[in-house]
Amino acid sequence: MNAALAILTRELRLALRSRMDWLLPLLFFVMVVLLFGLGARPNDPVLAGFAPSILWVGALLSMLLTLDRLFRADYEDGTLEQLCLAEAPLALTVGAKLTAHWLLTGLPLVLLAAPLAVALQLPVAGLPALVWGLALGTPVLSFVGGFAAALTVALPRAGLLLPLLVLPLLAPVLIFGAGAVRAALGGLDAAAPLYFLAAVLVLCLTLVPWAAAAALRNAFE
Amino acid sequence: MSLQPFQLEIRDLAVRRGPRMLFERLDLSLSDGEILHLQGANGAGKTSLLETLAGLRRPASGQVLGLPEERGLHWLGHRNALNLSLSVLENLEFWCGLNGASTSACQPALERVGIWKLRHRLVRTLSAGQKRRAALARLLAQRRPLWLLDEPLDGLDRQGLELFAQLLGEHAAGGGGAIVTSHQPLPAGLSGVRNLVLSR
Repeated sequence: MNAALAILTRELRLALRSRMDWLLPLLFFVMVVLLFGLGARPNDPVLAGFAPSILWVGALLSMLLTLDRLFRADYEDGTLEQLCLAEAPLALTVGAKLTAHWLLTGLPLVLLAAPLAVALQLPVAGLPALVWGLALGTPVLSFVGGFAAALTVALPRAGLLLPLLVLPLLAPVLIFGAGAVRAALGGLDAAAPLYFLAAVLVLCLTLVPWAAAAALRNAFE
Repeated sequence: MSLQPFQLEIRDLAVRRGPRMLFERLDLSLSDGEILHLQGANGAGKTSLLETLAGLRRPASGQVLGLPEERGLHWLGHRNALNLSLSVLENLEFWCGLNGASTSACQPALERVGIWKLRHRLVRTLSAGQKRRAALARLLAQRRPLWLLDEPLDGLDRQGLELFAQLLGEHAAGGGGAIVTSHQPLPAGLSGVRNLVLSR
């Protein structure tokens, strides 16, 4: 656990030194959501209907912006070689890095989602499902995106390839996340889609660190 | 604490990089207390051999036997594994934390390589030679029997070369072994150095 703590401390320290790296994706998220609001007619009820999709797509795109850097700096400065050879299992290291990524990019999105949803006139009844959905779904974005980033870490121009790899994989998360909000707004129980997101999250937490570690080792072959 | 003895045996090793076979039928041995200076033209496979021994690359065929077990080797590649946005000390403490070593080993290691005064400087503000010294400090912060060093002399000035020779000599005298790739001769004063030239 000391190794995981060392990784988390390092990542958070680096984030403090390079604030723009995690602030810019947040600003992007806020701007995308608000631009949808500005583009619609004032008090247009249709906007509230689209709000769950707008917020989820905004969160997805915002997190995509950060994926390319997830392992690339470590690959380029030689840190990744050392992580592969360290005593701590690489899967544990990767899990800690992905957790730090979620803390810095996913968690702020969850916290920002409710006020932005109000700006899009989403009824209050949909807010709990939205926040719970993002709380369960954004770690999935970090972990699945992290796996794709690990797969492409040694490739030039991986930034172009990453969205093509990640977006199809994350479509179910988007569908069930936005679906949970629509269910809540329609007076239905939102538990089923949220349980689905929770199951996907458990699957990701269980499998992705090992798969991403294998992909990172493969980068040196 | 004494280092774990080892007897490294490389038998009939072949290493491939992509479609190209770098070398085949390589036999080699190294025991504790020995230093092997690996030379060869660019592209001969020196780095790939070290990467294979470190476990970063799979051999095309052959066997590597007798690698020291847990906490067995240090790898110093072309790149220093230093994050530019962290200080020298923060980088070293990170590696100690990750490898279960005490951070109290950082001060003697940085003092030994002569950059303790620079410990709070961000790595991005250091010269190439100072970065190399910081990378060498990682080898000292946690003792391991086998050092795999890929072009460790890059960026070092004359005093740095002398320091490197002392460190390597002390490591071998203390029961450690090392394989060092370098295009330039190893600093004078090192005894017990074997040379091996890899040719295509």
